[in-house]
Amino acid sequence: MGRRIEWIGWAALLGFTFIFALPLIFLLLSSLKLPSKIFIQPPEWIPNPITLENYYQATKVIPFFLYMKNTIIISILSTIGTVLSCITPAYALAKMSFRGKHLLFGILLATMFLPYPVVMIPTYLIFAKLHWTGTFLPLIVPAFMGDAFSIFLLRQFFIRLPTELLDAARVDGANELQILGYIVLPLSKAVLATVAVLQFTFMWSDFLRPLLYLNDTHQYTISIGLQNYQAYHTTSWHLVLAGTVIFITPIFLIFWVAQRTFVSGLTLGSLNE
Amino acid sequence: MRKGRVDKLLPWLFLSPWLIGLVAFSLYPIFATLFYSFTRYDFFHPPQWVGIENYIKLVHDSVFWKSVGNTLYLTLIGVPLTLGFSFLVAIALNRPFRGVGFLRALYYLPSVLPPVAAAVIWAWVLNPEHGVVNNALTLVGIQGPNWFYDPNWSKPGLLLLMLWCSGYYIIIYLAGLQDIPKPLYEAAELDGASRIQSLWYITWPMLSSVTIFNLIVGLLGGLQYFTQAYVISTPNTAGVAVTGAPQGSLLFYAMQLYILAFKNLKMGTASAMAWILFLVSAIFVALLLRRHEWEGE
Repeated sequence: MGRRIEWIGWAALLGFTFIFALPLIFLLLSSLKLPSKIFIQPPEWIPNPITLENYYQATKVIPFFLYMKNTIIISILSTIGTVLSCITPAYALAKMSFRGKHLLFGILLATMFLPYPVVMIPTYLIFAKLHWTGTFLPLIVPAFMGDAFSIFLLRQFFIRLPTELLDAARVDGANELQILGYIVLPLSKAVLATVAVLQFTFMWSDFLRPLLYLNDTHQYTISIGLQNYQAYHTTSWHLVLAGTVIFITPIFLIFWVAQRTFVSGLTLGSLNE
Repeated sequence: MRKGRVDKLLPWLFLSPWLIGLVAFSLYPIFATLFYSFTRYDFFHPPQWVGIENYIKLVHDSVFWKSVGNTLYLTLIGVPLTLGFSFLVAIALNRPFRGVGFLRALYYLPSVLPPVAAAVIWAWVLNPEHGVVNNALTLVGIQGPNWFYDPNWSKPGLLLLMLWCSGYYIIIYLAGLQDIPKPLYEAAELDGASRIQSLWYITWPMLSSVTIFNLIVGLLGGLQYFTQAYVISTPNTAGVAVTGAPQGSLLFYAMQLYILAFKNLKMGTASAMAWILFLVSAIFVALLLRRHEWEGE
């Protein structure tokens, strides 16, 4: 009897998994169809012929590669900024002693939960005062001023490094910067990669901030540029779908290569210590 | 002496990048929003003090309440659904079998896709005439609904999209499941507990802190839901941007806040919405964390 239930469970899981994967399969199949074949009734499930025409058109109708370049610039610079600016605060919160440390850590946790719409208006006004709206700066510069979640991740990792190791270096006359550079960071490559991967994906995907700050179409990132297929032609699905496939491919590749990195970062972030 | 002073200063030097960002992009904006919420402010003229006028306006604004209602629907129905679904998938994927890694990756993948892409994919999947869902329904003789073009079906459509993107919660539950000591189950089995019983009396309670964490993340995400609904609802009316269409059924709190502030230039009223959101999320988090600590004792 147990056997039978096991089999039913298996079949249910596999069937459900297929349904779960269907949107991605359907996206890919549709994007490979001739535009005229996307909209026929009854539907054709497998594209015939398979064509890359939509992909070609999708990169021509809107300046797709320009949007991609913009997205890459913003994502890479803000990733560098986040990694650089989060290391020292995380180290201070993990391994240095100073007054108000617990309070500051509490504030760090609280800001992790702060919804962006709450601070959106004054933040916009700051950048408007600086005449930075309409440039990449509001998307890049804040990344150089620490990110609460990334600091938290790094702190969780640093705090587990044995204090004896650091003390031994101190006895040998190393200062804190040397300890950080020569002992802590070489041990932290994995967690630094996690922070970088998460930040890169976040910036690659971000929609609200580019929508707020980029008002010239030449500065668009892909996430807001995709909407242009709809503005110029009333929903050209064949182009939207092809553009979407290109848009998600880098994330897909990063995910494939760094799946463990993703997972370890997320679970480290959820641990309550 | 000199060294001592440097030692005292050094932590603050280390912290300084974050402290500057904290003041500029979190603390100052929270209080600035509170100030603006008591003013009339259109961006071009200096803010004018109006007391609690903005809050009173909101209370009498049916569009505001519509956005509140839609957002509560998403958080109070969507989040529990998502967590329940994630819990079940995590249980199913928690056993060692061949290909389990692939399956876990597959369930996790949609949640790392850009929200814009996930929204586009589901707008296509649920396309009334050409989407795969309605096509499949036609095969079994059912006329599918108009989904994102029908105010009664647009939010259920969004719930499907939410469920599809629950990979994050699944991963967190899976990590939690792996931390439950195996002897607990062995003891329960010896005492004659069924699988369902050990699921209910061991697994679920042992995961309560994970559930609280997932609830906090989910509720906060629900309260500021923006991108997916914006992408799906904006182009519905042939190029004319009517955000929240059809009939305001996809108008969520953060969208209404954005429209007020940046389309209608009513930054004072929008700031009032921002402060209400701040208070509500602070209360949610505080309540959940208190319950969590209380249970931990």
